[in-house]
This record gives sequence, structure tokens and C-alpha cells, in this order.
Amino acid sequence: MTSSQRLDATFAALADPTRRAILARLARGDASVAELAEPFAMSQPAISKHLKVLEHAGLVSTAQDAQRRPRRLEGARLGEATAWLEEYRQFWERRYRALDDLLDELQGKPSRSRRKRR
Amino acid sequence: MTTAINDKAQVSLPSDTEVRVTRDFRAPRTLVWRAHTEPELFRRWIGGYPGWSMPVCEMDVRPGGKYRWRWRMDEGGKEFGFYGDYREVDAPREIVQAEYYDPGDFGGAMPAKDPAITRTTFTEKNGVTTLVVLMDYGSKEARDAAISTGMTDGMETSYARLDTLVAEQQRG
Repeated sequence: MTSSQRLDATFAALADPTRRAILARLARGDASVAELAEPFAMSQPAISKHLKVLEHAGLVSTAQDAQRRPRRLEGARLGEATAWLEEYRQFWERRYRALDDLLDELQGKPSRSRRKRR
Repeated sequence: MTTAINDKAQVSLPSDTEVRVTRDFRAPRTLVWRAHTEPELFRRWIGGYPGWSMPVCEMDVRPGGKYRWRWRMDEGGKEFGFYGDYREVDAPREIVQAEYYDPGDFGGAMPAKDPAITRTTFTEKNGVTTLVVLMDYGSKEARDAAISTGMTDGMETSYARLDTLVAEQQRG
């Protein structure tokens, strides 16, 4: 996959609330399919289907434990996706800090970002 | 003392062609509206990138009215900008505008599907104004290109330079 296709797969995988909940659970530690299915009103096959999408996107892998086959969060891929949007977010944040300053000034308040930069 | 507000910009991708930016401001809606519709106020925040000036900031904020924004890099004087027209203006609640990229001296173009349609909504609650900017680029490629490069690259670079300078001065 090219990096753009990879990001597509990542964002498509992240678009679903159940899959985001699975990732949130895996962020606390590896878990088997049965463990992952527990908090959801969903069958294991349904959870497996979501896991397949997450694995295709490289967000989740299967750890080497033949018995439980626990799933593991692949943080690097998630980081790649969030970094892409994070730069864009920061671009807007900088603009809006300048707007904060202007709005403060128009309201006769001391400038906020000058008090605490960053 | 004050209620918690979402004072960090949030970005989401509501569909394949759109990107949404949300941010709260501790100011009445009419003031945030003015900062978006009066050129003298608008250029003071949107044109205020270190290392850049905004030689052109024309906006005729009414349905069918046109706007033109151009930024110039201090170093070398290269320019680029955006222009377009206002499609809906509902003061002080909502602005919808069509936006075309003007590559100026930087060359390149946004991939097809110009213009992007930008919908900006202003809502106020307890003296806090929530701004939602929803940009629809018409295609996934154009949206991704706008997020990945667009106008952010050069400006971010000069910001990074400023951050370094500030950090150095604070240390020294």
C-alpha cells in the first residue's frame, strides 16, 4: 500500500464507533476476541469482522500466543494517521490563537496567548 | 471562575470530501462574526503569520459578493492566495462561500474540483462562541491535498522558526 492508501484504510477503520471502542480497549492491553466481545452486545464473529478491518489497516495485530491469539494495538500506524491531521490542526490553532488575541483586545482584556505561549 | 471551553481547535473528517474545524472563543458571537467579515479585523488575525504579510484582503460580505486574499512571504516576496464569492450570508449566524486557490508565484494547483465550499457557523452560549468551519473539497483527493499541503507548509515553516527564536530568547 502507498502511504496515502494506508491513511485511507486507517481512516476508514476509524470511522466506526465499535472499532474505535475496540482500539480504546486494546490501548489498555492485549485482549482475545472473546474478551473484546464481552463489553459489546455483539457476537464474536461480528467482533472478528471489525478486527479484520482494523488488521487490514495495520492498526491491530495478532500476538504470538497460539492459545488465546490476543490482539494488540499497533500504535505506530495510529500515530501516523493522527500526525497527518495534527499538523493541520495546529495550523488552525495558531490562526485561532491570533483570533483569541484580537477578540481579547476588542473586549479590552489583556492578551491571553502573550501571557502563556503554547 | 469560568466554564470549561473547547479552546483548542478540533479537526474531524465527517465524510470523504470534507474536513471540519471546531473551536470555542470567549467572546460574543457578534464580535467573532465581525472578526470574520470586516477586512481590517480579519487581516489582523488571518494575515498575521510571522514572516508573512497580507497585501490583499478584500471582502464584500453579502450574497454574491466577492473576496480576494493574498499573502506575501517577506523572504523573496512570493505570493499566493484564495478568492471566491459568498453564497449565503446570515449575520451573525452563518457564511457559505466558494473558495478558489490562487497559486500566485508558488505554482501548483489544488487537484481539480475547484471551488471548495466553506460553511462557517457561529453559535453563542453563556458568552462563549463556538465556531464550526466545514470545508467540502468535492473530492477526496482535493481534500487530502488541502490537508497535507495546501497553504500550511510554508507558513508552518516560518512559525517553527519563530517558535525556535522565542524558545531561545526565553532560555537566554
